Amino acid sequence: MKKLLAVIISLLAICGLLAFSANRLIASDSGGSNGNKVLNLYNWGDYIDPNLIQKFQQQTGYHVNIETFDSNEAMFTKIKQGGTSYDLTVPSDYMIEKMRAAHLLLPLDKSRLSGLSNNDPRLMNLAFDPHNRYSIPYFWGTLGIIYNDQIVKPGSLKHWQQLWSPKYRNQIMLVDSARDILGFALASNGDSMNTTNLHQLTDAKNKLNQLSPNVKAIVADEIKMYMAENEAGIAVDWSGEASEMMANNSHLHYVVPSEGSNLWFDNLVIPKTAKHFDAIYAFLNFMMQPKNAAQNAKYVGYATPNQRAKALLPKRISGDRQFYPDAKTMSHLQIYQNLSPELVGQYNDLYLEFKMHHR
Amino acid sequence: MTQRHFTSWTYYVPYGLWVGLFVIAPVGLIIYQSFLDLHHHFTLANYQAYFESGTYLMMTVNSIWWAFLITLFTLLISYPAAYYIHQLKHRQLWLLLTILPTWINLLLKAYAFIGIFSQAGVVNQFLSLFGIGPQQILFTNFSFVFVATYIQIPFMILPIYNALDDLSGSYINASHDLGATNWQTFSKVVWPLTLPGVKAGVQAVFIPSLSLFMLTRLIGGNKVITLGTAIEEHFLTTMNWGMGSTIGVVLIVAMVLIMIITGERRQDRGRVR
Amino acid sequence: MTQRRFKWSSIYLLLVFVILYAPILFLIVYSFNSGTTMDHFDGFTLAHYATLFADTRLIAIVLQTLLIALLSALIATTIGTLGALWIQQTSRPFFKNSLLSFNNILIVSPDVIIGASFLIFFTTLSIPLGFTSVLISHTAFSIPIVVLMVLPRLKELNGSMLDAAADLGATQSQTLRDVIIPFITPGIFAGFFMALTYSLDDFAVTFFVTGNGFSTLSVEIYSRARQGISLEINALSGLLFVLTLVLIVGYYIVSQSSQRRLLRKKRGVNR
Repeated sequence: MKKLLAVIISLLAICGLLAFSANRLIASDSGGSNGNKVLNLYNWGDYIDPNLIQKFQQQTGYHVNIETFDSNEAMFTKIKQGGTSYDLTVPSDYMIEKMRAAHLLLPLDKSRLSGLSNNDPRLMNLAFDPHNRYSIPYFWGTLGIIYNDQIVKPGSLKHWQQLWSPKYRNQIMLVDSARDILGFALASNGDSMNTTNLHQLTDAKNKLNQLSPNVKAIVADEIKMYMAENEAGIAVDWSGEASEMMANNSHLHYVVPSEGSNLWFDNLVIPKTAKHFDAIYAFLNFMMQPKNAAQNAKYVGYATPNQRAKALLPKRISGDRQFYPDAKTMSHLQIYQNLSPELVGQYNDLYLEFKMHHR
Repeated sequence: MTQRHFTSWTYYVPYGLWVGLFVIAPVGLIIYQSFLDLHHHFTLANYQAYFESGTYLMMTVNSIWWAFLITLFTLLISYPAAYYIHQLKHRQLWLLLTILPTWINLLLKAYAFIGIFSQAGVVNQFLSLFGIGPQQILFTNFSFVFVATYIQIPFMILPIYNALDDLSGSYINASHDLGATNWQTFSKVVWPLTLPGVKAGVQAVFIPSLSLFMLTRLIGGNKVITLGTAIEEHFLTTMNWGMGSTIGVVLIVAMVLIMIITGERRQDRGRVR
Repeated sequence: MTQRRFKWSSIYLLLVFVILYAPILFLIVYSFNSGTTMDHFDGFTLAHYATLFADTRLIAIVLQTLLIALLSALIATTIGTLGALWIQQTSRPFFKNSLLSFNNILIVSPDVIIGASFLIFFTTLSIPLGFTSVLISHTAFSIPIVVLMVLPRLKELNGSMLDAAADLGATQSQTLRDVIIPFITPGIFAGFFMALTYSLDDFAVTFFVTGNGFSTLSVEIYSRARQGISLEINALSGLLFVLTLVLIVGYYIVSQSSQRRLLRKKRGVNR
C-alpha cells in the first residue's frame, strides 16, 4: 500500500511538471501575446508552411493556434456541434456547399479583403460558392492516373477505359473514396460524375467489379509510399498526392484523362464559430499576397489558385501541364456537387459492395 | 459468499457515476439514433436494411471470422510467451518490455510494417537471398492477421501473466510430487487455474477485433472488410449516423452474448462442487 | 531436462521479442534517413532531430499527450479498481453480468461512435472542449480495461483470507488497505499500463472531443498522414521510445538494488 501511494504521488508530481513545462512552451511560442490577439486555424495536417505562420505572427502580432483534422466530414461534425472557436477552416468544394446549406458559414466582408483579383478567374465564382460569398480558394487540383514508366510505356496511358486492360492485372491501386472511384467509372462510361441516375450508378459499379482482377489494393494516404517504392505500377489518386510521389520517384508520371475527371478545391472559409475577425482578415490578406502564396505552394506541393504567385514559381512547376492543365482539359473537368444524403448513401453502398466483391 | 462485503457503498459512487454518464447515456443515445433515418424521423428501416442486406450480413460473418482467427493466434503465441516470461529472473522487467511497443502510435507501426512487408521490403530482400524472389505479402490475409495479432499480443500476455503470477508454486510442486507428468500438470493444474486470465485476455482481444478498420485498409488493402469499415463510413463519409449506430447496437448485443457465453459457467460449476 | 527446456523457451521468447521490436527498430533506423520517406535508406543524417527540437508546437503537444495519458490512467485505475471490487462482490449473477456487460460496452464500441456520442454529450452539457473534455474521455474509455485487468486477480483472492482478517477484528477499510489492495496490486499496475496504452494510442475519440488549441500526438500524426508521415515523427517516436526504455530499465535496477539492500538489512536484524 505504501509503495502504491509513493507511485501515485510521484506520478502526480510528474504530471505537475508536465503541465508546467507545456504551459511555458505554449506561452513562449505565442511570444507573450494576450488572449485576444489570436487566430484559431482549423486545417488539414501539415497543409501550411510553418515558416509562413512565423512570418505572419511577427508581422501582425497575432498568435496562430493550429488544430488539425483528417477528413471533411469529421471537420463538419466538429463545427456543427460547436463548443470550439475556430476562426478559419479549409473544406473542399462539395463540403462548402454542404456547410453553406447547413448555415455553418459566415459571408466574407469583401471590403476588408485585398488581393482577391490575384486569383485565377477560372477558379473563382464556381457553382459550390457563387460570387465567392463565403470562400477563397486555397489550393486546387484534379483526379488522375499515376503510372510508373517501367511498367507502362510513357504516353500510352491516356484514358480511364485503359485501366480495364488485362495487361494491368494486379497492378492498380485505388484511393479509398467512394465519389472518386465510382466517379472515374462513370466518366469512363461517358456519364456525369455527379449523376443522380441509379442505372448509371449501378452500371458503373458493375463495371468496377470487372476491374477487380486488376486492383491490387484500395488504400489512402499510404498510396504515396507504395508508388514511390514500386509496389504497384498504376494508381488512381489526386494531383496533390501525385506531385509528392513524383518528387520521390522519377519514374512516375501523372495524367488527367482528357474525357473528363474531377476538379477539386480546398477553400478558406469562416465558420460560424469564428470570433477574431481582425485576425481573420489580416490572415486572409496575408495568404493572398503572391510571395506568401508562392512560398506556401512550394512547401505544400499543390497547385495554387493565385496567378501572380504561380508566376513566381519555378518554370518546371508552373509549366507542368498535368498540374496546371490547359484550357481544353479544364473544360472537361467536373466539380463534385453536394448530393442529397440518400444519394451519398447510394454511392457509398455501391462502393462498399464493390469493395466486398474485390477479394 | 454472503458476508464478503469488504467495502462500503461510497466506494462505488465513482464507478457507478461512470457507468451512468459514460456508458448508459451514450448507449441510450446510440440506440435512439439507430431508430432515426437521415431526416431524423423515427424508423425501423436501419435494422431492416441490416438484416435484409447480404452485404451487411456477409460483413458480420467476416468480422466474427477474422476476430476469431486473430484471437486464436494471439492466444497461441501469448500463452507460452507469458508462461516463459513468468519463469525468467527479471520477469517484471520483461513484462514491461512486452507492453512498451504498444506506446508507439499504431499508424506509425502500420507504416513500418508496410516498409517491412512491401515488394522491396526487408522480408522480401531476405527471401531473395534464397532465390524465392519478391513475394506479395502485403494485402494478403496472412499479413493482415499477422499485424493484427502483433497489435493484440500485449493485451493477451498481460492478463495471462497475472493469472500465472497468482498460481502458487506449491500447486505445481504438489502435482509433480503426486507423480504427474509435465503435460498432466499443465492440463490439470496450470491451465484451469489460469483460465480467468485467458478469459480476460480473450475478451480484451476478441471484442475490439470485431470492429477493426484501420489495419483492414493499411495492411489488408481493403480486401478484408469488417463491420468497422462500414461504421467508419457511415459516421465519417455518408454521415448516416442512424445506420452507423445500428451496426454499433448489433456489436454491443454480440458482445453481451459473448459475455454470457464465457461468463457464468464457472460459477455454476463452483456451486455444483 | 530442465536445461533443454530452458533453451527452447529462450529461443521462443527471443523470437517473440524480435517481432515485437522489429517495426520500432525500423522506425528508428529511418529517423536517420537523409531522404524524406520510409521506402529506402539514402544516407545518414540528424536533420530530422534538428527539425524536431526546433518544433516547439510539436514538443508542447508531446508534453500535453503525456500529461493526459498519465493523469487519465491514474484516475481510471482508481475508479476501475473500485468498480472491479463492486463487480466482484455483487452476489446476484444477473446484476453482476449486467455490470460486466456495461463495463465492456466502451471496449466493443468503435472509437468513432464513442467519440461522436461523447462530443454530443459534452456540447449538450456545454462543457468546453479542450483539456478537460479530453481528460474526462480518456479516463472514461480506460476504465473498462482496468476492470478487466483487476477482476481476475480479485477472483483469486482467497475467501478464507478475508474471513481471517474479519476474525482478527479488521474493519472494512483495514481489510481493504492491508489485505485486498496489496494482493491485487499487480492487477492494478497492469490496468494502469493498459490505460496508459489506450490513452496514448487513441485518435478518434480525442479528435472529436478536443478543441480550443488542445491537441494530442495521435491527432497530429493522423492529420499529418495526408501529406505523408514526416521522418520528424519517426525521430520523435524513436526518442520517446528510447527515453521510456531507459526510464523503465533504470527504475527497475534502482528498485531491485534498494530491495536487495532492504533484504540485507532485515537479515542483519534477524541475526
